[in-house]
Amino acid sequence: MVPKIMKQGRFTPWFYLLGALVIMTVFIVYPTIRTFTLSLRDKTGANWASADCVRGQPCWGIFENYRYALTDKEMLEALRNNALWILLTVPGTVGAGLMFAVLTDRVRYERIAKTIVFLPMAISFVGASIIWKFIYYLEAGARSQIGLLNAIIVALGGEPVAWLTNPKWIVNNISLWIVWIWLWAGFCMTILSAALKGVPTEILEASRVDGASEWQVFWRIMLPMILPTVTVVATTMVINVLKVFDIVFVMTNGLNGTEVIANRMFKFIVTNQGRSMAIAVLLIALIIPVMIINIRRFREQEAMR
Amino acid sequence: MNADRLKRILGRLPLHVIVILMVTVWLVPTLGVFITSFRTRQAVRESGWWTVFVRQRTPGQTEYEQACASCHGPHGQAIPAADLSNPEVVADYLKANRLLPMLRKPVEGQPHVQDAEWQALIQDPSRTKEALDALSPVSQYLGTLSNPDEAAASQFTLSNWIDALVGYKGTATYQEDCATGVSQSGKFACNARDLLNPEGMARAFLNSLLVTIPSTILPILFAAFAAYAFAWLDFRGRAWMFTALVGLQIVPLQMTLVPIAKLYSQLGLQSSFLGIWLFHTGFGLPYAIYLLRNFLGGLPQDLFESIYLDGANHWTAFWKLALPLSVPAVASLAIFQFLWVWNDLLVAIILLTGNPVLTYQITNLIDPKGGNWHLLTAAAFLSMIVPMIVFLAFQRYFVRGLLAGAVKG
Repeated sequence: MVPKIMKQGRFTPWFYLLGALVIMTVFIVYPTIRTFTLSLRDKTGANWASADCVRGQPCWGIFENYRYALTDKEMLEALRNNALWILLTVPGTVGAGLMFAVLTDRVRYERIAKTIVFLPMAISFVGASIIWKFIYYLEAGARSQIGLLNAIIVALGGEPVAWLTNPKWIVNNISLWIVWIWLWAGFCMTILSAALKGVPTEILEASRVDGASEWQVFWRIMLPMILPTVTVVATTMVINVLKVFDIVFVMTNGLNGTEVIANRMFKFIVTNQGRSMAIAVLLIALIIPVMIINIRRFREQEAMR
Repeated sequence: MNADRLKRILGRLPLHVIVILMVTVWLVPTLGVFITSFRTRQAVRESGWWTVFVRQRTPGQTEYEQACASCHGPHGQAIPAADLSNPEVVADYLKANRLLPMLRKPVEGQPHVQDAEWQALIQDPSRTKEALDALSPVSQYLGTLSNPDEAAASQFTLSNWIDALVGYKGTATYQEDCATGVSQSGKFACNARDLLNPEGMARAFLNSLLVTIPSTILPILFAAFAAYAFAWLDFRGRAWMFTALVGLQIVPLQMTLVPIAKLYSQLGLQSSFLGIWLFHTGFGLPYAIYLLRNFLGGLPQDLFESIYLDGANHWTAFWKLALPLSVPAVASLAIFQFLWVWNDLLVAIILLTGNPVLTYQITNLIDPKGGNWHLLTAAAFLSMIVPMIVFLAFQRYFVRGLLAGAVKG
């Protein structure tokens, strides 16, 4: 696809590439390698990680930080939570986005409705966390609640709930997931909506003429046709969820059973660098499989060009 | 015909209900924060923000309506000679013990209270007290009636926004403290200088701008050059390098922060704007190159061949052809990068602690006991204004960027 008649000097391409390549090497490639080597070092990076081992306790030698990352109780909780996040918020965001894409397609105020659902994408996770912290707020022992959710519950005659601190029935985790769905449903909706509009109307009309109900049209025709896009959106959401940090950091700081991997990593960044880096490596190890799927998809796209 | 139409409308009703319900759920949380940011600290503490939509019964209103409204009217204006909405008339009655004697005034030839009853009332102290207690809410309500603006204004205020901007964390408001001279142990100068207070949102806003603008321009500039090479130049390793680029897009921030922070402390770049610009440039590049290369690669080859036949080289082709044509792609990219950097917390919290940006400043304001919602809501909204405007103004480009395949660190 490069026009052959355009001459180029031997170094011309490198002149164009140099700046970007140097910056990416310094800021992505080098630190990624360094993070890996630091994960084998101790708290301060001065010695091998085996220096942190305690006599009489289990020790994995220079992989001591990985022993923490893979076996510690709090890390296991974080891993379990990230798994739950994926299992519940990925279908939640994709499902809500898909539902909204299908439904708004049929109303006249489509644009304004979509803009409102999409708007949370513009604000920071920190801003969204404040917005929702206020919704979940509990004024302990007060008769009149100023948090909307508890006010509704009290008005209906119930007892106010500590949405963000109560680990019972993983209420606090569910509260965080709702914020996440609120934030990302618009993203899923936008991409899926574009895919839906690409489904040829003739096919839809033909099946309607043949007597298919709207329900059947959706499940038998629309959904199979946009399935590749659904996969793309879902993999993107998996990667995003694996990295979830800001919301947990601001709303619960990982307390009462809401810990996640990225927040653990942040907690140790100053106090125990080796551990922090081992957790970061664990994070990328979880992301790589998803990344491979993405690269495959990219190759397929390129092949179709 | 009409029955059919009705049936169709009814059939579509659930659709509208679901869509409107979902829109409401998406809108209400933000609306609550917005409204709260304009309410006084007292009002925020005492009642939920939704109560501003319910007509509040002002203290004394019920008593007034029972005892006086039948003659004086609901707004106190029914009797011109005794206009209760006139501040001058009411000025004397604002205390119950001043209001009581007024009940001797004649109403259509008769006093409010009959003589015999009045005597009994003032001779028995316990009955007098009862009467005063009963009148006290009415006299309070007369004050509201005669000065409705003040009553309405008392619930809403701009002081939360001002307090957030200057970083006032005291128990009154910044303006009150300045007016009474209680400037917190010399912390505030009570002039425009206070906007530069490192704990204030105004300063954080400035920092956010200083971080975001170069961090948006730089990656796009470098990416445009690289994307041109990937699209229209031939070199060894072009294919695998581009594939590697797709992989780099997914490297999480967490993988790179600590080594860079270490590097910066060796180079003396810690907590510097240059440091954070370069970091965001590095992280923005893979996606920027990817998107621009796909765009440039999609331009017709004939264009480049004809400009070459006209005597141009790659340098002129880049500036005169590739760059002007890729304005839409650059726009998508710029919005993406702008929102990403503006909303970032993790990078700022680690690489720029000395110059807090908006997101970081907000986390500093959070009170675990929840005692400062008036301040926090204003601060949160201050941080959201710019991205919301950018988003609403350029939504089209943002969506285009998304559809071009956005997966980013």
